[in-house]
Amino acid sequence: MSQKITIEPVTRVEGHGKVTIHLDDNNNVTESRFHIVEFRGFERFVQGRPYWEAPVLVQRLCGICPVSHHLAAAKALDMLVGAGTGDGLTPTGEKMRRLMHYGQIFQSHALHFFHLVSPDLLFGIDADPAIRNVIGVVLEHKDLAVQGVMMRKFGQEIIRATAGKKIHGTGAIPGGINKHLSPEDKEAFLNGPDPLNIDQMLAWSQGVLDFFKDYYSKNKSFIDEFASFPSNHLSLVRKDGALDLYHGVLRAVDSEGNKILNDVDYQDYEQYIEEEVRSWSYMKFPYLKSLGKEKGWYRVGPLARLNTCEFIPSPLAQAEFEQYKALTNGKPNNSCLHFHYARLIELLHSAEMMKELLNDPDLMEGELITKGDKAYKGIGLLEAPRGTLFHHYEINELDQITKANLIVSTTNNNEPMNQSVNSVAHSWMDGKLEITEPMMNAVEVAIRAYDPCLSCATHALGKMPLEVSLYDANNKLIDRKRS
Amino acid sequence: MQILIYGYGNPGRQDDGLGIALVDRLEEWASEKELVGFEFENNYQLNIEDSEAISNKDLVIFADASEEEIDDFCLSVVDGKGKLSFTTHSASPGYIVKLCKELFQKEPHVLLLHIKGYEWEFREGISDRAKENLDKAFVYMKKVLEHPEIALESKEELKTC
Repeated sequence: MSQKITIEPVTRVEGHGKVTIHLDDNNNVTESRFHIVEFRGFERFVQGRPYWEAPVLVQRLCGICPVSHHLAAAKALDMLVGAGTGDGLTPTGEKMRRLMHYGQIFQSHALHFFHLVSPDLLFGIDADPAIRNVIGVVLEHKDLAVQGVMMRKFGQEIIRATAGKKIHGTGAIPGGINKHLSPEDKEAFLNGPDPLNIDQMLAWSQGVLDFFKDYYSKNKSFIDEFASFPSNHLSLVRKDGALDLYHGVLRAVDSEGNKILNDVDYQDYEQYIEEEVRSWSYMKFPYLKSLGKEKGWYRVGPLARLNTCEFIPSPLAQAEFEQYKALTNGKPNNSCLHFHYARLIELLHSAEMMKELLNDPDLMEGELITKGDKAYKGIGLLEAPRGTLFHHYEINELDQITKANLIVSTTNNNEPMNQSVNSVAHSWMDGKLEITEPMMNAVEVAIRAYDPCLSCATHALGKMPLEVSLYDANNKLIDRKRS
Repeated sequence: MQILIYGYGNPGRQDDGLGIALVDRLEEWASEKELVGFEFENNYQLNIEDSEAISNKDLVIFADASEEEIDDFCLSVVDGKGKLSFTTHSASPGYIVKLCKELFQKEPHVLLLHIKGYEWEFREGISDRAKENLDKAFVYMKKVLEHPEIALESKEELKTC
């Protein structure tokens, strides 16, 4: 008799995920799926609202990356007010937004690594779960846990200083930003008391990267081979090919590095990307139209970004990037656990960019807003911590939102997460008579590498697609109800 | 004495904003009364850096909406010994207290104010029934803040869950 194993909920992953693994009579894996069982109807929620409310409203999608939604919505609204795309803002407008964004990336990456990933690395994925958690890290590696807390706090303070407040920040407005950086905040971030200053953040960022590289040198085969499979990769890149987390053109490469989406304007994303609906998940499955559903899926996030970009425009991160690229001889890295390596290089890059911006006089003075002619359609993209985030709005003559489409990072990674689960399930569970806790955690380790945010992702359909059909013994439909 | 009143929840999910609404009202009231020694904080949810934020306080009162079977509102002591939960997106009050103790060797007296809510849809505004509970909690918490020993010493007047 075949069996079905259910891992629910997936721990140390936000939201409510469910994994099912189907075994045959020989206990070999026949199918595995990562289900999304939570639902949010956000795209409908914003319809009819004045467009200028969007950057504040969308923050309610998620409490951990409200800044990413705030900025992506603001970028889309820049189009509606005729301010152009990200590079059409005033220097002050764009740089204040960038500082806000790097603060968000910094705190998110630090939180993920120190408090979610480090237990698996420090104790091993087969360690006793009573130890393999963040409290275990606190007890045995207190310095790491404190660094994680303080780095997250620093990023949050950057957000407060640029967005105005921690919740319902209003910093980014259509066409720009609503304030300069205060001299007091600038001084505190640059020269504040230890440890809350940018130089300490840089040192700790380098330190945690060195920690990971040391771990990697001792566990190379595990990091390289765990849930490794070829895939396409997609992200924004700067027009000259540099890593740019705030603005750029859309680029995708295949597993060998060949460009399959060649630096296109993201205002035209609908020409290139489509979303598939599958009956067993509330989260859609995006893919590149040119390659079709079977071959067009792609990864987003830190791993993808370091595969699509050609260089990193900050010296410390660039040096690390060169070492990292040498591991694969310049080819794309397709190893799931290298997400962590890439994420930590981005952590360092974010710290460098924050320092550069904090020393930039444009943040203290200059015009805040760009104005132009009204448009009725606006699309904003940026690279959120977890990957490419799409916000698309259309409005009417009354300035009300008539259409909203959001493709969040976790949705972009839907198929890769399923592929990762499948890979791990085969490696760890084929032929086994007993399903152990470490095997179960191995599945979760694969999912955690993507740092998924199911709260963000499950807004995906405008209406819960619940349909109940009742068939009789002769396979005849006798009733059907839809919610 | 340093006292932190910390509301959390999502105001875009109706009654989930009860904790934040209460703290906003208390902050306004404390400002009018020119009370000192109080700090007011709001956020969507608790997270790890809050362990540092509470570490230099004598008394911390978290305020959150509750789906529990309670009449209107009540207070419980948070000691970090119960069920602890953490994701990247949220941490339980007990987890924050535990982290504070382990990372900063501080143990402030921490209470959680549970305010009964009823509606949790993707809309702004607190339901009429929950507003009644909010009003009651506001009146009660003013008394606690004027006499924090009620909370610190868990006196009989403390409306426990």
